[in-house]
Amino acid sequence: MRHRILVSLRGMAVALVVALVATITVTGQTQAPAAKVAPAKAAPATKPYTVPRTLDGQPDLQGFWTSATYVPLERPNGVTKEIYTPDEAEAAIKRAAEREAEQTEPGTTADVHYDFTQFGLDRSQSTFSRNLRTSLIVDPPDGKMPPLNAEGQKRAQERAAARKAAGGQYDAVENMPIGSRCIIMGGSGPPLMSAGYNSNYQIVQSPGYVMILTEMIHDVRVIPLDGRPAPPSGVRQWMGVSRGRWEGDTLIVETTNFNGKNAFRGSSENLKVTERFTRTADDVLQYRFTIEDPSTWSRSWTAEAPLAKTDGPIFEFACHESNYGIANILAGARADEKKAAEKKGSN
Amino acid sequence: MRNRFLIATTTACAVAGLVLAMTGVAAQTPAYRAPRTPDGKPNLNGIWQTMNTANWNIEAHSAAPSPVRDLGATGAVPGGAGIVEGGEIPYLPAARKKQQENYANRLKLDPEVNCYLPGVPRSMYLPYPFQIIQSAKHIMMVHEYAGAVRTIYMSEQTEAPADSWMGWSNGRWEGETLVVDTKGFNDLSWFDRAGNFHSEALHVVERFTPRSAETLTYEATIEDPKVFSKPWKISMPLYKHVERNAQLMEFRCVEFVEDLLYGHLRKQPSK
Repeated sequence: MRHRILVSLRGMAVALVVALVATITVTGQTQAPAAKVAPAKAAPATKPYTVPRTLDGQPDLQGFWTSATYVPLERPNGVTKEIYTPDEAEAAIKRAAEREAEQTEPGTTADVHYDFTQFGLDRSQSTFSRNLRTSLIVDPPDGKMPPLNAEGQKRAQERAAARKAAGGQYDAVENMPIGSRCIIMGGSGPPLMSAGYNSNYQIVQSPGYVMILTEMIHDVRVIPLDGRPAPPSGVRQWMGVSRGRWEGDTLIVETTNFNGKNAFRGSSENLKVTERFTRTADDVLQYRFTIEDPSTWSRSWTAEAPLAKTDGPIFEFACHESNYGIANILAGARADEKKAAEKKGSN
Repeated sequence: MRNRFLIATTTACAVAGLVLAMTGVAAQTPAYRAPRTPDGKPNLNGIWQTMNTANWNIEAHSAAPSPVRDLGATGAVPGGAGIVEGGEIPYLPAARKKQQENYANRLKLDPEVNCYLPGVPRSMYLPYPFQIIQSAKHIMMVHEYAGAVRTIYMSEQTEAPADSWMGWSNGRWEGETLVVDTKGFNDLSWFDRAGNFHSEALHVVERFTPRSAETLTYEATIEDPKVFSKPWKISMPLYKHVERNAQLMEFRCVEFVEDLLYGHLRKQPSK
């Protein structure tokens, strides 16, 4: 397994440097830090990208995209720069890809479930979004999430206490992670985040609507662009309620009305996510999101996580329908308890 | 909101059933020419829903009590004239027997009870709205129930890469009609709550024809030589949601069935 990854990485290295340089010119057009990146000298001044249009004149964002990336949300401890050199970025990707392969090292617990690299579930074997940033977070400038405010800390403690009171993770289905229960996966968003695998999306536009399909558990957001207000606050959903509009070539989507059960990094149901989608190349969809939740953080924070074009189509992800894992895990825990009780009885 | 809507639907269903029984579903009305999308095709965009009792039973049926006593009249079955052309599904003899067994065990076996994906054509007449998002290359059918979704490939068409609940749909335009050919099903979905079923050999050809600004005629030919003696047809109108701010709501029902499916595996309080 291990050597297969390394081989593919080696093959990738040359292409990677070229791609990274290309990415820099693309992001450089719109983002403030461009000046710092200017030493990426290979990039000649390019004409601004002309965003293709749909037949009814909208910027055309359609196609298959992936949010898979090795860039962490928060800047790693010890890293002080905002932008890596291409060599540093390549080394960071290589380290991350090796860690990903190691999680299924033969003989480990993870390997019993499935081998990521064998089935191509690791990111490095398919398209992933390349980015020289050391963190997805661009604001605050230190690349870290702002600290939880008092209300956010209190809620985090209450949630931890409630989890503890509910018993062990394998005591009942409600105690297990919502992803394992096939309710919703991390990458469904908003915001769209790189998930463990299959971080793929399909965008389809029709007059007045943009639809974003997330591969993981076939989650769909149908976003109206007609300026209608969000529904009353009594409507609460796992993915919130999204409203979109165009500002120039950028699609802006604001999402509120979350139910708070799929907390994003500790967020509450007062979370508001503002996403900005801008096509900056045929194969790059610049994606920037701002998180506001006065019940959790005293200031907003923003991340930039470009989506890369990938090949379709997306196949059905019938997660709940085939969720043998959850029944087997619970049954296994009950069998262990029974065995322990018998042992105790026979002593 | 939802409750009120369901009650309204149920009432409307009874009326619709009566009207259908008297007139039959309107045959194609080629006189109507739908507004066009930017690429010149009939515009099917919108939020649609049926107004009939097909999800209880696609064959003709009388009103019946709820299979769950405590639901009283709210869980009862409204009668309906059915949507099957000729009235009855042409089952092979053994298959009819299996349908009857399915019906008897429907609380355990109906995929809808377990929040499983609905399959095709059942997704089209569930008592929930669905939205069509139409582009030149892909036509999306996004269903409120369980967040089920189907991509209809209008170009770059391929065979189904593997079997699935919602099948693999390739579409084409025949004049005013969108024709969708779907194969690659698994054998797990049902047609309704009455246990009508199919095998993995199911092949569905659907026809969506605009019949007025706010209605479509939906027809489907259903073929499955392992279960039916010959192909058969269903047809019904689809109605557009015209209320302001109509939108699909989340109906993420997995959470609603977890105790039903896994409750028996809960840790028992120690004695």
